Amino acid sequence: MSTHLPEAEIIKRESNYLRGTIAEGLDDLATGAIADSDNKLTKFHGTYLQDDRDLRDERRRQRLEPLHMFMVRLRLPGGVLTPAQWLGIDDIAGDCANHTLKLTTRQTFQFHGVYKHKMRPLMQAINALGLDTKGACGDVNRNVIANVNPYQSQVHADIHRYSVDISERLKWRSKAYAEIWLGEERVEARGEDESTEEEPFYSYYYLPRKFKIALAVPPENDADVLSNDIALIAIVEDGELKGFNVGVGGGMGMTYGNEATHPRLADVAGYVPAEQIVDACEAIAAIQRDHGCRTERTHARFKYTIADHGVEWFLERFAEYHGTPMEPVRDYVFTHNGDRFGWVEGENGNQHLTLSIRSGRVIDTDELKLRTALREIAKVHAGDFRITCNQNLIIANVAPEHKAEIQTLVDHYGLEDGSGISPLARNSMSCVAFPTCALAMAESERYLPSLTDSLDALMDKHGLADTPINVRVTGCPNGCARPYLAEIALTGKALGKYNLFLGGDERGERMNRLYRENIDEATILELIDPMLERYAAERNDGEGFGDFLIRGGIVDAERTPDVFHKAYAV
Amino acid sequence: MKIDPSNSPLSAEQASGFNRLMETLAPNQLDWLAGFIAGHQAANAGTTGSATAAQGAGDAGQEGPSLTVLYGSQTGNSEGLAEMLGDQANALGINARAVDMADFKPRQLKSESFVAVITSTHGEGEPPDNAIDLHEFIHGRKAPSLKHLKYGVLALGDTSYEHYCQTGKDFDEAFARLGGTALVERADCDVDYDDEAEAWIANLLEQLQHEAGAAGIPTATGAGTAPAAETASYSRRYPFMAEVLDNQSLNGRGSSKETRHVELSLEDAGLAYQPGDSLGLYPQNDPTLVAAIIEALKLDPDAAVTAGDIETTLAVALKHHREITLLTRPVVEKWAALSGDETLAERLSDNKALTEWLYGRDVLDLIEGSPVDSIDAQTLIDTLRKLPPRLYSIASSQSAVDDEVHLTVAAVRYENDGRERGGVASTWLADRLSDDTAVPVYIEANKHFRLPEDDAAPMIMVGPGTGIAPFRAFMQEREEREAEGNNWLLFGDRNFHTDFLYQSEWLAWRRQGVVDRIDVAFSRDQGEKIYVQDRLRENAEEVWRWLDRGAYLYVCGDADRMAPDVHQALLDVIMQEGGKNLEDATEYLRELSRQKRYQRDIY
Repeated sequence: MSTHLPEAEIIKRESNYLRGTIAEGLDDLATGAIADSDNKLTKFHGTYLQDDRDLRDERRRQRLEPLHMFMVRLRLPGGVLTPAQWLGIDDIAGDCANHTLKLTTRQTFQFHGVYKHKMRPLMQAINALGLDTKGACGDVNRNVIANVNPYQSQVHADIHRYSVDISERLKWRSKAYAEIWLGEERVEARGEDESTEEEPFYSYYYLPRKFKIALAVPPENDADVLSNDIALIAIVEDGELKGFNVGVGGGMGMTYGNEATHPRLADVAGYVPAEQIVDACEAIAAIQRDHGCRTERTHARFKYTIADHGVEWFLERFAEYHGTPMEPVRDYVFTHNGDRFGWVEGENGNQHLTLSIRSGRVIDTDELKLRTALREIAKVHAGDFRITCNQNLIIANVAPEHKAEIQTLVDHYGLEDGSGISPLARNSMSCVAFPTCALAMAESERYLPSLTDSLDALMDKHGLADTPINVRVTGCPNGCARPYLAEIALTGKALGKYNLFLGGDERGERMNRLYRENIDEATILELIDPMLERYAAERNDGEGFGDFLIRGGIVDAERTPDVFHKAYAV
Repeated sequence: MKIDPSNSPLSAEQASGFNRLMETLAPNQLDWLAGFIAGHQAANAGTTGSATAAQGAGDAGQEGPSLTVLYGSQTGNSEGLAEMLGDQANALGINARAVDMADFKPRQLKSESFVAVITSTHGEGEPPDNAIDLHEFIHGRKAPSLKHLKYGVLALGDTSYEHYCQTGKDFDEAFARLGGTALVERADCDVDYDDEAEAWIANLLEQLQHEAGAAGIPTATGAGTAPAAETASYSRRYPFMAEVLDNQSLNGRGSSKETRHVELSLEDAGLAYQPGDSLGLYPQNDPTLVAAIIEALKLDPDAAVTAGDIETTLAVALKHHREITLLTRPVVEKWAALSGDETLAERLSDNKALTEWLYGRDVLDLIEGSPVDSIDAQTLIDTLRKLPPRLYSIASSQSAVDDEVHLTVAAVRYENDGRERGGVASTWLADRLSDDTAVPVYIEANKHFRLPEDDAAPMIMVGPGTGIAPFRAFMQEREEREAEGNNWLLFGDRNFHTDFLYQSEWLAWRRQGVVDRIDVAFSRDQGEKIYVQDRLRENAEEVWRWLDRGAYLYVCGDADRMAPDVHQALLDVIMQEGGKNLEDATEYLRELSRQKRYQRDIY
């Protein structure tokens, strides 16, 4: 393995604590872009440059640079926000972005289409709402996600608090953020204490790669907790949160054609009492900071550190870093990784309404004024909002006396509580892909509606209209919509062409595998049609489609790294 | 007329081929061939012909009248005519030289005996840049008595402007007031100046010969007043039919502007141009407007007419040979007589009001507003002005694009009285130019907009809108030459995302270090309007530093508002940073102009 550091690692180290020349780039009015090296740094600030790919070729001929715009992602641990913050965020979408909000699979908001000259006003508006974008991207701890759990009010409150505490603990500290975006004066660093003052935890080299933490409350696994670098599985006894089973080394991304890269599920390594969990997360992040691979970006995720060294090695390091070893894993059972739609009542008597937001996109269209509707709800809502890990939205903690008022607005605007669409459609997820994502090889968000329509037609044909199947689409193999945990997943290869993955479960505990490579929708449907036919005829009571594929021998259960690269030989 | 081989240097075969061709030629084709052959000779023989003549004249002209032809020129038309006059005078044995007004010391005027002034007029009746000093001198307190001076003035202008030929008139009046004697009456020429200018030149030369004769000095005879040889085969009179290679919008989706990048082929034309030159092109009128005019007058589109020396149909003449998209005073005068419309006659009596009324109106407005009982096709054609060529600053350098020429054309469109109208050439290029249309073009040299000779000299280029065109040519040239001088572009338009013309090219130049600095001003991206002149003021210190290092200042684009605003901003910068008062700052800019360090191509 080379000892030569990759460019991204060098840029980070030489960035003067994430400053680079970002501020100068923002002031350059001749281009909507910033320097390539700065674009790597702005990720730490929760934003990076994209361009409207629909217009790229047209603008090239017009001798215009690509239509550059920033994507900005918030740090919003646990996905909880107040109605006032919702209204503020909605204002920002109108004033500074493309008039839409994107709810992400990491329980936060993305703004798209933010032009460079709007970046500082946008960041200042976010700051005014008591929010920030630190570490929403970049080689640091990302937004901490947590089960939304509308039933267990007290447990959710605890889980949410932990998600916030972990996020705060692992937040980067450099003053670069305030200087670049909020107009604070640069205070010159003072000598050798600089690194500890600017970044006590991360130092000048930060983490080798992105780092993700999720919290789940069994039996719900809406966070697909095992797809994270740290998977925290709550152990609740007698309605009280006692601690967490800790999984390590999960992650979704892979690179086509590079068999050394692969998605991986976290190994559940041990148990940590609740009051130690924030320290434990810091210790684990520190292990990765000090032992993760820095010479090869494609091998730098924590999952490869664990894969390379093994769980035993990890447990030794953990005892060393944390001061206390992990306890043995406690029992838990996951049953479901989707959301529960419609109204439910929590233990505290409050009402919670989960709405289905297709691909997480909050937008006003001719057919559905979703953005307006949620704005109107935010104006009267006294509880909170929760973004789910599946890009949906909960209007949470509605006092019983306010339920009718909220329901009136939901009816007035025709919002979808999941009852009006098929189980397949409401469990589906997609990433953004075209036109803004630079990585996309195929359509995803714009393709999902027609794909689910096509699949629903097959489901209807086989009498499966009421059966939930977990379908996920991404435009590339990097895994934003956690495709490798779906029962049916498509990852983009080229416009109109996808890799088809089959055989995940509905609990987020078994990954799928590559079934066919580089095929179009007609071929995908032809392949799935007979499988659904058999599923309809042969399934056991309550058996999910993915489980059936394994039991029926249609797809094998083996999950070695190569199954993500080699199509399944029937 | 036939060539007899026994009586010519041609072989029998050549003569019979030539005679066969002659039989098929229409008069205009014959004209063109005459010019072509003359040009061919000039190109191949260098200056042999005129050198001989000049030498002959030199012997005879030692003591003869000495003619100084002063030209004030923005685009090169005056210069071309001045050189033609000079050559013809020399051929007649008159010692003549054509001098750029900027290179002429005003005080020397009082020692001149014979002066011909050939000048265009700029914008709102102002002198062209190279005429400013002399123009000011003869109108100032230092103006000398010119009792000994005999002079002639040829004024070039455009009747579509209110202050038509104003600078020529100014020179004429000032010389007369200072005691000078006009040898010939001043001629005011419209854009279609060739015939009138040649007549004026012939007349002036005759008078000069008469003066020389009176002084007992022999002059050469028989040289005649035939047009001087063209310096290239294709010219304003004999344009090259250029194929369209590319015709691409430069504005992004949603723009309020419509600017096109047009690439034409000069392959096999033998035309050469320099960065800073313009391309003249003969456009075609919109057939819809042509049809509307014919319809309004109930004429037959196929009626035979003569337009100049071309015999054709009414529809073709209106499409190709007559100006119909804008109105000029002479046309209105003729129409007032034809229609007997009193309101029209009244309008003509107030020049200012007339100018306002003419703005945005076309021939169809005139016809509909002041109907005539009946008119025949020929009268209509005779009433209208010849369709003049349109000039565009060339946006390419031949060292980069070889035998192509690139233009940056803003489509002019507006609505008036509920009817959509457009500029003849820009809408032709934007809407009506099919792939197989050839564009009649010629090169219009512009000596007054040239790169610094010193490749190391820094340049500040102010070129908002289509004003960016020649700077693209400049940068292509400097890139090819690997010129070391620093380059600073100031560009402006309406919206950054859609209207930054050639943005990707400029950014690439900046990345490669060819361009050092780009400052942009987009007027409609924020509440308050920001223009290039504001950027100049914001960067006053830097502008001054560049000027101090010998920077050349170039301004290209809108003459009505941008150029004066930029000029004022430059004065402000010079006053502020140079600690000068307005008078000194003005003189500073003047001096830059004299050193060719402040050059403008404005329209």
